[in-house]
Amino acid sequence: MKILVCISHVPDTTSKINFTDGDTRFDTNGVQFVINPNDEFGLTRAMWFKEKQGASITVVNVGGPETEPTLRKALAIGADEAIRVNTEPTDGFFVAKQLAKIVADGGFDLIIAGRESIDYNGGMVPGMLATLVNANFVNTCIGLEINDNDVTAIREIDGGKETLKTSLPLVIGGQKGLVEESDLRIPNMRGIMMARQKKLTVAEPVEATKETTAVKFENPAPKGAVKLVSPDNLDELVSLLHNEAKVI
Amino acid sequence: MSVLVYTETENGKFKKTAFEVASYAKEVAAMMGTSVTAIAINAENATELGSYGVDKVLMVKNEKLNTFNAKAYADTLKQAADKEQAKVIIVSSSADSKFMAPILAVKLNAGYASNVVSLPESTSPFKVKRTAFSNKAFNITEITTDVKLVGVSKNSFGLKENTATASEEAFAPELNNDDFTIKVESVDKATGKVTIADADIVVSGGRGLKGPENWNMIENLAEVLGAATACSKPVSDMGWRPHSEHVGQTGKPVASNLYIAIGISGAIQHLAGINASKVKVVINNDPEAPFFKAADYGVVGDAFEVVPRLTEKLKEFKANNA
Ligand SMILES: Cc1cc2nc3c(=O)[nH]c(=O)nc-3n(C[C@H](O)[C@H](O)[C@H](O)COP(=O)(O)OP(=O)(O)OC[C@H]3O[C@@H](n4cnc5c(N)ncnc54)[C@H](O)[C@@H]3O)c2cc1C
Repeated sequence: MKILVCISHVPDTTSKINFTDGDTRFDTNGVQFVINPNDEFGLTRAMWFKEKQGASITVVNVGGPETEPTLRKALAIGADEAIRVNTEPTDGFFVAKQLAKIVADGGFDLIIAGRESIDYNGGMVPGMLATLVNANFVNTCIGLEINDNDVTAIREIDGGKETLKTSLPLVIGGQKGLVEESDLRIPNMRGIMMARQKKLTVAEPVEATKETTAVKFENPAPKGAVKLVSPDNLDELVSLLHNEAKVI
Repeated sequence: MSVLVYTETENGKFKKTAFEVASYAKEVAAMMGTSVTAIAINAENATELGSYGVDKVLMVKNEKLNTFNAKAYADTLKQAADKEQAKVIIVSSSADSKFMAPILAVKLNAGYASNVVSLPESTSPFKVKRTAFSNKAFNITEITTDVKLVGVSKNSFGLKENTATASEEAFAPELNNDDFTIKVESVDKATGKVTIADADIVVSGGRGLKGPENWNMIENLAEVLGAATACSKPVSDMGWRPHSEHVGQTGKPVASNLYIAIGISGAIQHLAGINASKVKVVINNDPEAPFFKAADYGVVGDAFEVVPRLTEKLKEFKANNA
């Protein structure tokens, strides 16, 4: 089985979110970048297929040279090779088009992406990619078993989960649940050394139009101070929630 | 050239979010000087939609669509959009809609903006405000395609009553086998319990509760409020509560009207999941807990004393205000 894992390069979860150039660009100053958490679950599930059933794993990122350390980390975790599509990932559709080209050229059976990237949270790349390459698609995927061509996938729905049957080729939008968090891999020294020898190909982008533009960013309005209520006066809390906040 | 809105149903009944997206669509249509057409799949009765500003309802009746199927539903909406020559399509932010929307966007060559939290700033150019960076910021997005697809965040807009009368029209999309290459084998859904996604009020517990045996306190409070229960990540990691209750950046987002956090410190990854909630109440024995900075109301105190007392107070309040 040939697996492609889409890796988004995102600010670490504790990052302070600031903007520059008149609030038109994310300020990367002092920001640590990591593999998107949803993609990390997917990469670990791909490693499971590789170790249990035999599979090759290619990781791909659409982004500039600054994302290569993130791809190298994925190689150190155990992916076999990496591809970087050399362009700025400005819009979900644009990224999906770039990935579709990689999928068409590589003949992948299973494409694992994350449910969403934790930076722009668009949640559109996996579904768009699946539709562009005419593959089956399961979003918010929290369980995946594959036997030959037969797929059993579990997806999270509002208030529960749903078990689905389908076939390869398949794209998933994955998340926590695909593997346990305790199973996530931390690259060891040997992995890091081996990653240096692995192939990282730079592919040139295909022409694709953008459909949306991030025009401007805003930080949330500063919050007023918390109103503290004494634990001995919970009637006041009930009254505030009813009369002031109007939520009960 | 009406605005098309997808109004979700469950067992033939409209979900509350259906009325929210209809309310939203009505205002977008007013901005654009046009009408609202809703598409309802296997709905028993569509008259309620008129009360939220819908002018016309395309009624789809098809047994094959009894269970949600992203590809088939996207195909249905695509055909409805073509028929109505809709330039703007509005969907909700349910798990199902988020599954379907990217497929629909490709079929329609439509730019898609998800997590939209307010009405368009302008409709020409078409600019909407959406959340980004896990609710730590907003992004004004311009959709530049001819057809636009907007996913509205839950509880961001609310319900706006209207007094239109919705006319009904049967609509039979052409579906083919290719739409059904994914089959639902089983659905496992907690019934009779409010889910985090649908709840107006969420009561959430953290590691401060010390162990799963203390969760009846959280459940009692939730029951009085008709709320859903949730938890922080370590709580689900330790198996005290199911993963489906884990709230935060790597868990579920919560956009409720009221979020009550009990024994939760307020780590940045947890806050990322609840920033979109309107009113936040924190109960924590540590006055330095970071959650107090994000909260609207706070009680510094021991959860084991405060929560049962609060539950009693709320019971009294409910009894007096029934
Ligand atoms: C990559 C990454 C992703 C993460 N994603 C998430 C996520 O999605 N969601 C999430 O929640 N966390 C997430 N975390 C973890 C997060 O950083 C925190 O560790 C977690 O939120 C802390 O949970 P907690 O507040 O329940 O526990 P603690 O940090 O242990 O806090 C417990 C709180 O309870 C209070 N307390 C104790 N006893 C009492 C009492 N008797 N009465 C009242 N209060 C009491 C304490 O004062 C303390 O504030 C993530 C971390 C990482 C690194």
